[in-house]
Amino acid sequence: MSPSATKSSSEYIVEHLTNWSVGKGFWALHLDSWLIGAMLGAAVFGFLYWGARSATSGVPGKLQNFVELLYEFVESQVKVVFHGKNDLIAPLAFTIFVWVFAMNAMDLLPIDLLPVLGLHLKVVPTTDPNTTFAMSLSVFVLMIYYNIKVKGPGGFLHEAAAAPFGIKLAPVNLLFRVIEDVAKPLSLALRLFGNMYAGEMVFILIALLPFWVQPLLGWPWAVFHILIITLQAYIFMMLTIVYLSMAHEQH
Amino acid sequence: MKPEILTIMGNVHGLSMIAVSFMLGLGALGAAVGVGLLGGKFLEGLARQPELGGMLTGRFFLVAGLVDAVPMISAAMGLYVLFADPFGFLTAIKAAIGG
Repeated sequence: MSPSATKSSSEYIVEHLTNWSVGKGFWALHLDSWLIGAMLGAAVFGFLYWGARSATSGVPGKLQNFVELLYEFVESQVKVVFHGKNDLIAPLAFTIFVWVFAMNAMDLLPIDLLPVLGLHLKVVPTTDPNTTFAMSLSVFVLMIYYNIKVKGPGGFLHEAAAAPFGIKLAPVNLLFRVIEDVAKPLSLALRLFGNMYAGEMVFILIALLPFWVQPLLGWPWAVFHILIITLQAYIFMMLTIVYLSMAHEQH
Repeated sequence: MKPEILTIMGNVHGLSMIAVSFMLGLGALGAAVGVGLLGGKFLEGLARQPELGGMLTGRFFLVAGLVDAVPMISAAMGLYVLFADPFGFLTAIKAAIGG
């Protein structure tokens, strides 16, 4: 859908990249990310919960098969990486994978679908850095919590000061540790945000082209984007599992 | 607006466009070389032990996503600067010329 004659391309682009924001400054709340994320979470987890509740021990139906497939996939990934005992990690990884995949999948909707109906908002919650940072900071808090819980506060500080060069080079070790621990949530959030934002930007740019060129470029990009959506959700899940298992490691 | 100021604003806008091209180009270069090397190692490992195909493919995609992360972030930032004009150069220039 090309923009009308009264609107320039950069206005069209900026309009499609603006969140439905309520409030000002620091307290501005991006209601579209919040509401769409919540609705998607409720829909997807409600669906999976219904599948789990109607499970039978006889021959499984299609829904039960699907839920079990998904669960076994996540569980096998956790088992490969994490060799301890923690009842939170597999459900957390499952939640992250399914929820991030659902939120990313909103990018496959036509970009003018909601604006035509009068709603001017961003329909993909993960193109909002607030969403991705919320998830990665929660993982970061869990990382620190499990570090202190498993190793004890003294053990945690000793590991930060003494690895990998030995206690005599403590400032160097601490510097490396701080850089690593800041880079983890930052890269986790920005990787997902960057991938989704760039994908949406390319869709918007394709929408500005003449209508007969759009399917030629739009269809391959959409197919590639399906791969990217799944991959980014999988990477977020795997890195969560890896970071949390590193927090459990004791030498 | 004085023509000298307009010239300066145009220059700064042009420089920011060159910066965007650096971001996109160097990111693409790094990502391409990285994923190319990764793919080569993957095929080598797969040729040695085809029975590990499933596991290697999963790991390949994981590391490809990690290698792509920073170039993708810089591409997103670059496209944003290119089109959404966050520093207001283009709108100020247009307003100055129109006025």
